[in-house]
Amino acid sequence: MSGRVRRVSSGRARIGPASRGTAATVARIPHPPGIDPEKAGMTRVVPGSGWLARWPVIRQLKGEDPRGSAARSARTDALRPRTERADKVARSVCPYCAVGCGQLVYVEDGRVTQIEGDPDSPISRGRLCPKGSASKQLVTHPGRQTRVLYRRPYGTEWEPLDLDTAMEMIADRVVRTRRETWEQTCEGRVVRRTMGIAGLGGATLDDEENYLMKKLYTALGAVQIENQARI
Amino acid sequence: MAECHPVGFQWVMEAKARGARVFHVDPRFTRTSALADRYLPIRAGSDIVLLGALINHVLENGLDFREYVLAYTNAATIVSEDFRDTEDLDGLFSGWDPDTATYDPRSWAYASTEEQPPAEHVEGGRRHAEAAGPETYGAGGAAAHPSPQTDPTLTHPRCVYQILRRHFARYTPELVERLCGIPAAAFAELAEAVTANSGRERTTAWVYSVGWTQHTVGAQYIRTASILQLLLGNMGRPGGGIMALRGHASIQGSTDIPTLFNILPGYLAMPHAHRHDNLEHYLEREGGETGFWGNRRSYLVSLLKAWWGEAATEDNDYCFGHLPRLTGDHGHYTTVMGQIDGTVKGYFVIGENPAVGSSGGRAQRLGLANLDWLVVRDLTLVETATFWRDGPELETGEMRTEDIGTEVFFLPAASHVEKEGTFTNTQRLLQWREKALDPPGDCRSDLWFYYHLGKLVRRRLSDDEIDRPPRELTWDYPEHGAHREPSAEAVLREINGVGPDGRALSSSTQLRADGSTTCGCWIYCGVYADEVNQAARRRPRSEQDVVAPEWGWAWPANRRILYNRASADPEGRPWSERKAYVWWDPERGEWTGHDVPDCEIGKPPDYLPPEGARAQDALAGTDPFIMQSDGKGWLYVPSGLADGPLPAHYEPHESPVANILYGQRANPARRTYDRPESPYNRPGPLFPYVLTTYRLTEHHTAGGMSRPLAYLAELQPELFCEMDPRLAARLGLGNGDWATIVTSRTVVEARVLVTGRVRPLRVEGRVIHQIGLPYHWGWGGGGLVTGDVVNDLMPLVLDPNVYIQEGKAMTCDVRPGRRPRGRALLDLLETYRHG
Repeated sequence: MSGRVRRVSSGRARIGPASRGTAATVARIPHPPGIDPEKAGMTRVVPGSGWLARWPVIRQLKGEDPRGSAARSARTDALRPRTERADKVARSVCPYCAVGCGQLVYVEDGRVTQIEGDPDSPISRGRLCPKGSASKQLVTHPGRQTRVLYRRPYGTEWEPLDLDTAMEMIADRVVRTRRETWEQTCEGRVVRRTMGIAGLGGATLDDEENYLMKKLYTALGAVQIENQARI
Repeated sequence: MAECHPVGFQWVMEAKARGARVFHVDPRFTRTSALADRYLPIRAGSDIVLLGALINHVLENGLDFREYVLAYTNAATIVSEDFRDTEDLDGLFSGWDPDTATYDPRSWAYASTEEQPPAEHVEGGRRHAEAAGPETYGAGGAAAHPSPQTDPTLTHPRCVYQILRRHFARYTPELVERLCGIPAAAFAELAEAVTANSGRERTTAWVYSVGWTQHTVGAQYIRTASILQLLLGNMGRPGGGIMALRGHASIQGSTDIPTLFNILPGYLAMPHAHRHDNLEHYLEREGGETGFWGNRRSYLVSLLKAWWGEAATEDNDYCFGHLPRLTGDHGHYTTVMGQIDGTVKGYFVIGENPAVGSSGGRAQRLGLANLDWLVVRDLTLVETATFWRDGPELETGEMRTEDIGTEVFFLPAASHVEKEGTFTNTQRLLQWREKALDPPGDCRSDLWFYYHLGKLVRRRLSDDEIDRPPRELTWDYPEHGAHREPSAEAVLREINGVGPDGRALSSSTQLRADGSTTCGCWIYCGVYADEVNQAARRRPRSEQDVVAPEWGWAWPANRRILYNRASADPEGRPWSERKAYVWWDPERGEWTGHDVPDCEIGKPPDYLPPEGARAQDALAGTDPFIMQSDGKGWLYVPSGLADGPLPAHYEPHESPVANILYGQRANPARRTYDRPESPYNRPGPLFPYVLTTYRLTEHHTAGGMSRPLAYLAELQPELFCEMDPRLAARLGLGNGDWATIVTSRTVVEARVLVTGRVRPLRVEGRVIHQIGLPYHWGWGGGGLVTGDVVNDLMPLVLDPNVYIQEGKAMTCDVRPGRRPRGRALLDLLETYRHG
């Protein structure tokens, strides 16, 4: 495990009270084999304290681990991963393709500070691809839209709109359009539907969300409900 | 796979390290090719020739796994004497009706016995094939006679085995060389490897992605692979199968619990106006009485009880009449035509971006511009939300913002870490995600949106008959937190189902047809067994065997390999120690093994169904394919497909070569749109090249979830066109130059990547150049990098079974330099459409 952050908890990371500063930290700094990390700082690994002794070439020649520890500085040793400071860790799943790689989502002070692969996952064994590795940006990037926007018919600009007002307006339109386009019969047969309301999307959403969508649309008589599986 | 599903590909590499041989067949050389033992470049659109030749190789050399084939497939079944093959009719099967351009499938049936299947199951004519048929495919499963005539010697000229031999006889290595561009020696190596690696001791797996589905013969591509895998005994066994690698986190879940027009949860067909007057009609006509679909009354009644609760009673058909009826194709592209025609007024687009992601995007945008209202929910301002202010049609002058009457609501969505719920991955595994934090600002989950929208709509209902279905709908879920978020676990529990005692059910076999059970999706029954969210299980891999049954929950019944009864021989013994998976334990009198057995656990291998048995009781102890009405794997499909009982090679709708196999050039049953928004490339020298499209590791679909991310945008900043050096030289193009790619739909520009990764292939004696384009870019969408919309190049022509567009093989032209702007772009298009 040398060279990689290792989980030392029971492997049961859960959302819970803050664990910062307690023994149950999520991760710790790796250390070279044979070295007690509690006792050994870089000065113990690399004898001498002069600049020459700290020169990597000398350290590589002398050091017990000629590759890893020699390249480390005191500053590096003082660094701690931000995952260690997390208030909580959520077990999640990557939102991109359908492989379903396990993710650990680290949260500190109400912000996502890191998303890493879940080493416990029998699917992904802790690995993530470039997209999964970048998914912290997906949820934190500055271009993410967080406010409702409204464009009135023939309008040339977006306008702000209150979320509750938007919901009421949308509900009004659903009810009105459904009434205006209601088909009781078609080709002489009872159909009880509206061809005036359609939906698209679902493959990026949760099963529970798809379920409520299909249930509500069907009860309203909307049949033109589709998602990415059709393309 | 290494390109688009990289973390899944680690298991291919594990297999390779243990001695597996990896073949990669693809028009472009990818990261998968680089790691494979052999890479076989293929002309896009010719896969049935390759797979058909492998089938021919198996049949002509007697390499099929005969014991498996005889016991587990319909190879011995006798087919109706009315059936005529494409080999007889120059590319058409019997039953073709040129007036409606559809098949009447009656002549494809099994030979009649003394007892005919119900007439509706093989109902013929236009109504079946056009209006009633394909919309329900993918649903409950077509019915065939449960115990047809057979010839176990496989010599009867009309048995499926002999029909297959004749059908594929002309699919030879020479044909592969001529049509696919794969040399005979390379084919021989592949054929040898696939057959040598199949049988008792070994299994071969096939893996495909969207590249197989996006063809006018897409369903038949996968059918061809199914035939090969059944002949070689590679289905239902460890290391075998045909694995569909799907491209969105829960695209499997959104098919199981479908936001799709033609099905209800659990692959139950949506009712059809011309087939289903009432519940009894529906149950009579949707599937057979034998096999597990014979229980569909329990599945459907339990669904109706979940949706309409107390209001659903035996006297009112459990509110079956509340379900709206289909009258034909109401799929995505037909709906867009409805938007252009003004019949569709309101549109919800949820986590999808059709303005960039669907084929022929101009038609999409014309549709969006003609709506009364549009609701877009996403993480960023995707192009579908902003088409009215920055779409390509504004630049060409085809639209003006101030003329577009569409009212647009953009509602920001919660991300995957800001809500809890399940994704169903590509292996049918449900994994529960914990919520890490609340969503910011106005962002909400889609669960929140639909739940509260439903509440607001229900407050506005009248007490008339039209409003009865939404009024009587069960719509009470516990709410949490300041945002009044509905409980996703409560929804999952409703999906799982509840028994008469009010407790969560543990298995779909507990479902009843008398209204005493509820279940929102019968195949998901058990995900909340023992009142525990089984999808949230996370027993570390280090504490489990390789099957890892305690990580998440797989439908159905937590089975990890479907139809795994076939991993044992007819007597219930493993085919070999090496491939032991589930087996019959005679001491205990039950099935056991490494996985949940995909059969009734106490049904002995020597069970024979009594006369008149129904549902699973009608399946013998040797029948592994328990959803089929005869329990057999279908090498030949007597009903259920719109374009024939066997796969035949047809050229893509747009192809630079003729079909040398048949007079019928392209799939005769393919769907086209005869309207100005859907132009097609005319055959001939104007469009001399083959165009295919694909993904890159660093981006996702149309880019809405990747272009706004700095890391990913930097890794793949710009649209490019892969082109072989000979074509580049002919066009005078150097690496990094601009090229313009033209179809009759539109014109896009891209930087040229001159590379040996796409190769010219010698097809029918002449050199065919293929070019490849990744389709991740768009003009906006919050993207840090932008580019032309590659999907705009594609034609609107669909597979007739599933209505998926042909996006992987078409023709195009390539011109040096950047594309024209504004009106000049339309002028250039005109020269290609009419020139």
